Amino acid sequence: MDEFSVLVGGKAGDGINEAGMIIARLYNQLGYCLYQYLDYPSLIRGGHNFAIVRASGEKIGAHRDQVDFLLALNQETIDRHSWRLKESSVVIYDSDVAERGHEGGASLPLKTMAKEAGAPPISRNVGLIGAFSRAAGIEWGTLEDVLRKEVPKLIDQNLEVARRGYEGIGEDERLKVKRRSYPCCPVITGNELIGLGLLRGGLDAYVAYPMTPSSGILHFLAKVAPEFSIKVVHPENEIAVILMAQGFAYAGKRTALGTSGGGFCLMNEGMSLAGMAEMPLVVVVSMRPGPSTGVPTYTAQSDLHFVMNAGQGEFTHLVIAPGDAEQAFLWSATSLGLAWKYQIPAILLSDKTLSETAYSFNIEEARDIPDIRPVLADGEGEYRRYARTDDGISPLAFPPIPGAVVKANGYAHLESGITTEDAGEIAAVQDKSLRKEERLKRELEGLPAVNTLGQKDSSTALICWGSNKPVCAELAGKFGLRVVQPVVINPFPANRFRKALDGVERIISVETNSTGQLARLIKSHGFEADDLILKYDGRPFSVDDLEERLGEVMR
Amino acid sequence: MKPEDMGTDAANTWCPGCGNFAILNAIKPVLATLDEEGLLPLEKVVMVTGIGCHAKIADYVNVNSFYTIHGRTIPVATGIKLANPDLTVICFAGDGDAYAEGLDHLIFAAKRNVDITTIIHDNRVYGLTTGQYTPTSPSWFRGRSTPEGLEVPPINPLEIVFASGGTFIARGYSHGIEFLKEVFREAILHRGFSFVDVLQVCATYFNMYKYYNERVYTLEDHDPEDRDQAEEKIREWDYNSEYDSDVSIPLGIFYREEAATFGDNFGNSSSKISDLDGAIRKTLESYI
Repeated sequence: MDEFSVLVGGKAGDGINEAGMIIARLYNQLGYCLYQYLDYPSLIRGGHNFAIVRASGEKIGAHRDQVDFLLALNQETIDRHSWRLKESSVVIYDSDVAERGHEGGASLPLKTMAKEAGAPPISRNVGLIGAFSRAAGIEWGTLEDVLRKEVPKLIDQNLEVARRGYEGIGEDERLKVKRRSYPCCPVITGNELIGLGLLRGGLDAYVAYPMTPSSGILHFLAKVAPEFSIKVVHPENEIAVILMAQGFAYAGKRTALGTSGGGFCLMNEGMSLAGMAEMPLVVVVSMRPGPSTGVPTYTAQSDLHFVMNAGQGEFTHLVIAPGDAEQAFLWSATSLGLAWKYQIPAILLSDKTLSETAYSFNIEEARDIPDIRPVLADGEGEYRRYARTDDGISPLAFPPIPGAVVKANGYAHLESGITTEDAGEIAAVQDKSLRKEERLKRELEGLPAVNTLGQKDSSTALICWGSNKPVCAELAGKFGLRVVQPVVINPFPANRFRKALDGVERIISVETNSTGQLARLIKSHGFEADDLILKYDGRPFSVDDLEERLGEVMR
Repeated sequence: MKPEDMGTDAANTWCPGCGNFAILNAIKPVLATLDEEGLLPLEKVVMVTGIGCHAKIADYVNVNSFYTIHGRTIPVATGIKLANPDLTVICFAGDGDAYAEGLDHLIFAAKRNVDITTIIHDNRVYGLTTGQYTPTSPSWFRGRSTPEGLEVPPINPLEIVFASGGTFIARGYSHGIEFLKEVFREAILHRGFSFVDVLQVCATYFNMYKYYNERVYTLEDHDPEDRDQAEEKIREWDYNSEYDSDVSIPLGIFYREEAATFGDNFGNSSSKISDLDGAIRKTLESYI
């Protein structure tokens, strides 16, 4: 077989995410590209959690509905997911917990096995992985190596549970894993890659208040802060987050912050201040379904127009929406460069899918990070924070500077930073902002702001943004379609987009929202989407979902 | 640097008799003296202001400043201090700023004991929006949004900061510049969160000069390191007394404590590590 899908499920607290990641690392050792979709409700213990790990010899970035292995720590997992089974699928479950089990499935007394091995109940997941490994024909040595690396404590007891699982089942020839040649890459979440990308872009400080699905960035950066010598602060609320970040920026520190839609609502006044005071920031917004609390742990692309228009008044909203692991890294680094050169708040737009899914990350595909530097004051003459230059970019300086003062201001201001209400000066402030945006647009012309994939001469184009890029790219091959993905959403790279659509007669927009927000945006630039494929149930498109929907549209 | 050389060419637009002049005329000589004494070079000072009449002080003093938005001086000041501990950051905020729109930040700054100074221009009325009540207006205050009076008592901001962990708590009055200068100097030199509530009279919308003049006194024989004494004095006046009451209003430094400050554990970290790509590669290896 070319690819495998494995579902592992149980209750929250059963170690489902960890089990999925171990399975992903096993396939990773055998030359596969990995993708792990994690589905969990917003609770701490109980409920139903599951992970779908998909392994393929080709680059992938989406899950499939059908699975080859169903690994169940409870009956609910079997009952909820039996629709995903194929003729050839193997079901393995804990017969100590799942009352009815599954006909034809392999039952193992995992709870008993864990107890007998002197391991805690959570080690049931390791027993399940042991059994899965045997069924998939993965050698014990490979399993042991991965477990030794991944299991944080009681390794001997856990290995014993794994061994009992491994020996408690037979190999299934049909599902035996063959070695592939995909490079052995880190399997890592989008949030962690955003964090790493920001570090690569020269991050000095990260400020955030926890909010799913962005918290992974906060946790990751807090963990690695000592090694990278950065400051990570968790203040009292999101208002404080974006204001504190501007204090860092004023003092010359490259700062990013992260939140989701609800927290970003609170940040709107701060966005507007950053616009007027020209404070460079990278604001990561990871979307989940709204309005309001919506659905905290699920996915959506419903805040595009919100972030593009956040904050009162007119100022540049740079919005960048990476779509996969490599883009998450590359554009996070790039966004810091752009924010600092243009002294603007740059929004890096993610969603639960990109943020919390684990991908195989190939750094070789993310090497071309443009070297975009801030314009610094040369120390000649009297310093004016808001000097009105030809391109609108005022050279930066940071206190303390003997003999110079740095006056930042959220009020309309003179070049010196002192407040003004003079008609001519007010217009001059706005003109400077507009010149700066024009300069930014020219800079963006030189960056890969629009991505073209699939069959590049096809007259039918799928357009997509953010986390739908990989699933569209995968199906483009099958349907012979072109895929056009704008990565920079605002200011919209209309020229590049037009070139990318050269020869296209039909546009299909694929989005995870209910109104077609990208389609609405391109319409304002003179492009019309002929069909919309929308999904707004909190779940990402699986390959099968989109294939079926495309089949309907293409008929 | 002489105080008279510390101005800018911005025209001052405060009303005649405004208490803000006292704060302006006190802070300039304090900063000039600290600079002259070599205790605090002027270029290391950053003033952070909110929105309201008080905030214009950023335009009137020729030092580094960040003129922010309503209620948000403290988080900005905290960020500046954490980013560069070498800077001395002074917030100038109104009572609407610090006690209404941004009360959460005040409590957290005190709780963290972040090493910044906060000077509140507490005129107990919204001036620029033409006369509405603030969190420290007395219950009998009749403002344009509450013409029948407030019916609810004010908060005592000193009690809030004390309860939240502030390590320097003082009250000043805009009548008497010499005394204000002493308090400002001590507040700026204090290591930790310094809080000064200045009874700053709004001559146009809530002229309390006579009222205050008859009631204020300066703390003497007071040990600011004694928590019990501090608490007693902080509670002596509740900001709610009637015009005809015979209360006394103490001024001075109520409480002072040496304690660890927020950000001490950050050290001098900055992202300029020598091998960034190597560190990233090493981090990624743990995900294979």
